[in-house]
Amino acid sequence: MTRIRFQQSLEDLKENLLVMAGLAEQAIQRAIEAYRTRDLSICDLVSRSEIAINRMERDIDQAALDLLAMEQPMAVDLRFILSVIKINADLERVGDAAKSISDRVRHMERIGAVDLPVDIPRMAAMSADMVRKSLQAFIEGDAELARSILTMDDAVDQMNRAAYKALTKVMEEQGHLAPQALNALMICRSLERVADHATNIAEDVIFWVQGDDVRHPKSVAKAAAAAAAAASTGAAPSDSAPANTAPAQS
Amino acid sequence: MSTAPFQLRAKIRTVTDHAVTVLAVLATILVIAPLAVIFAELVYKGASSLDWNFFTKVPAPEGELGGGMANAIVGSAVLLGLASLIGVPIGIGSGIYLAEFGRGTKLANAVRFTADVLNGVPSIVMGVTAYALIVFPHISFLPFLGHFSALSGGVALGIMMIPTVCRSTEEMLLMVPHVVREAALGLGVPNWRSTLSITVKTASPGIITGCMLAFARVAGETAPLLFTALGNQFWSTNLNEPIAALPLQIFLYANSPYEDQQRMAWAGALVLIVLIVLSVSLVRYVTSRGVLKGNS
Amino acid sequence: MGVSIEVINLNAWYGSNHSLQDINLRMPGNHATALIGPSGCGKSTFVRCLNRMHETNPIARATGTVRIGDLDIYTGAKPVEIRRRVGMVFQRPNPFPTMSIYDNVAAGLKLNGYSNQKHLDEIVEKSLKNSALWDEVKDDLKKKSGASLSGGQQQRLCIARALAVDPEVLLMDEPCSALDPVSTSKIEDLIFQLKSQYTIVIVTHNMQQAARVAENTGFFLNGRMVEFDSTHKIFTNPSDKRTEDYITGRFG
Repeated sequence: MTRIRFQQSLEDLKENLLVMAGLAEQAIQRAIEAYRTRDLSICDLVSRSEIAINRMERDIDQAALDLLAMEQPMAVDLRFILSVIKINADLERVGDAAKSISDRVRHMERIGAVDLPVDIPRMAAMSADMVRKSLQAFIEGDAELARSILTMDDAVDQMNRAAYKALTKVMEEQGHLAPQALNALMICRSLERVADHATNIAEDVIFWVQGDDVRHPKSVAKAAAAAAAAASTGAAPSDSAPANTAPAQS
Repeated sequence: MSTAPFQLRAKIRTVTDHAVTVLAVLATILVIAPLAVIFAELVYKGASSLDWNFFTKVPAPEGELGGGMANAIVGSAVLLGLASLIGVPIGIGSGIYLAEFGRGTKLANAVRFTADVLNGVPSIVMGVTAYALIVFPHISFLPFLGHFSALSGGVALGIMMIPTVCRSTEEMLLMVPHVVREAALGLGVPNWRSTLSITVKTASPGIITGCMLAFARVAGETAPLLFTALGNQFWSTNLNEPIAALPLQIFLYANSPYEDQQRMAWAGALVLIVLIVLSVSLVRYVTSRGVLKGNS
Repeated sequence: MGVSIEVINLNAWYGSNHSLQDINLRMPGNHATALIGPSGCGKSTFVRCLNRMHETNPIARATGTVRIGDLDIYTGAKPVEIRRRVGMVFQRPNPFPTMSIYDNVAAGLKLNGYSNQKHLDEIVEKSLKNSALWDEVKDDLKKKSGASLSGGQQQRLCIARALAVDPEVLLMDEPCSALDPVSTSKIEDLIFQLKSQYTIVIVTHNMQQAARVAENTGFFLNGRMVEFDSTHKIFTNPSDKRTEDYITGRFG
């Protein structure tokens, strides 16, 4: 096999991303743990690991840029490096979300706990599971596993919407519970965001392994329908996006 | 780490370098020396006999003084012209065949072998052959057979030119890079046109050199002319009659008992060499001018 | 002006070496098609079959059909005629060394008997302009010899020479491999412009070059064409693993 140094660099890049992924996953687990136990020392751990995650984001981006410039990667190597850059960003956001949750936990500790009609632990478990699976898909290059994650996002979205409804009702009817309700709402939002990032990671894995761009299926479908409708009526579509097919080079 | 052995090796290398340079220069001198010596000797012995008469008068009758070698100079020119007319086209033509059209064929190999053998045939044998083919036979309706003539001399010399011209043409054509040929073929130029207009033109400096080499060689040949052109003491440019030639005249006068004629032999030798050098240089000059101008 | 090229069951041999096996593909007109593959894979042989230069080698032969436009080049015309319709630019620039710049460009026409001087002047100027060399040599057309130009200029001169006979297809066998990056860029820009008038087939070792200039790319390996697709597909997500291994440098 040729280009041994390049292959090694790709392996190193993957390794580093996995280390960062481990930190991000750990941060989420800890944030959820902090929510469950209201242990402020765990919140401190989350804050510290967020700093480490941010630094790794910069380092990994730099390494990826170097590989792109120096090695002219093609096909699967090019897709891999692109995915790494994108997953990198998503992992950093996961770290941010974890910190956000731990900040909310600190606040909740100060204002006291109440019972609220939302099942945050269940939502948290689902989001954390999505993160774990998406990273598993990345480690093994398993596009099928990645595809299974895409459908899980709907469930988390649904839970988030239900939580919003329930908590709004609480704030309307029991105004004095507003601070706690708002905290809970923001934690739900962070968890929903974590699920989104896990979905992004899964989409990036599919792109790397199979070369398929599976993002935003609904938008793509809507644009295609609009273009088809406009074509059948003969009018030029007003805000049609460019067709999502491989363009012939000009 | 001591550098002494390193320095010693460096010194030996330098000394060796200089020694080899000296040897190369010595070898060059050894090569040029005979030529210089010959030329010096000729100038010394012959320059004094060069006068206007030499270049304008025919040889004086036996025993008389004066006279010149004008007819021999002209005669040599005629013979060489005839020889070139025979040797150059046939030589170049066969060279082109060997290099371009007949590569690898049995015929080409035979031709090449024949040319090499012909090259080694002694010049006197060539003269005898020309004698046997042209001078000796009597066929009444063919006017140029049956007697000594300039024609037979030219033929003998011409045949001697063929192998040299042929082989050097072949070598020069083979040296034309294949990519030049391919470029011409790629333009849709037919094979024969590409050969003539591109390949031969590219090789032309070398081909001309080959012709010049052959020319210079036969210019000084005496033996083939002994039984063919025979020599002539009077003005003649008639191809059907014996003709004078510088080498023949030099040979004749060198064996003469008269001191006057011996001196003229030296002069003749000097003139012969000078004329050969001049004609080669002239051809070089004319053709190099032409090539630079890029005539196609 | 550019015509499509269709190749059907092309096989080629050098002596007993079966150097091309069952090649089938279609190259669209007014497009550039790149051919990539490791050394000895047959891509140069293939290109030389497209203008019947392959058969100038005494031990070479080819079977199959090659159609340029509507013309079957093996049964429908003589090699010399084909080569006037399908021009070729070689790996090392090879201007005729004894000719001036003007004569080099006009060589294809003059050597085929064309002699209208005024028209020749126009054609020479047009070809040199089309190959982006006119401005650099217009004052020295007849004074400088073709071989006195720089490498990049010589190659553009060869392109002008090929264009002067007004071909429909231009074959380029690694045209930039002997050139520096600046000259290479100039020639790549040139190929872009030429596409609008000619159909171009370019053999290249440089995959980035194929990616830059060609709409379609074919990957050759061991005398077979492994994959032929849009350049975009070949270089981002090829279908065949061998193609992917080659372009990512895992072998070859």
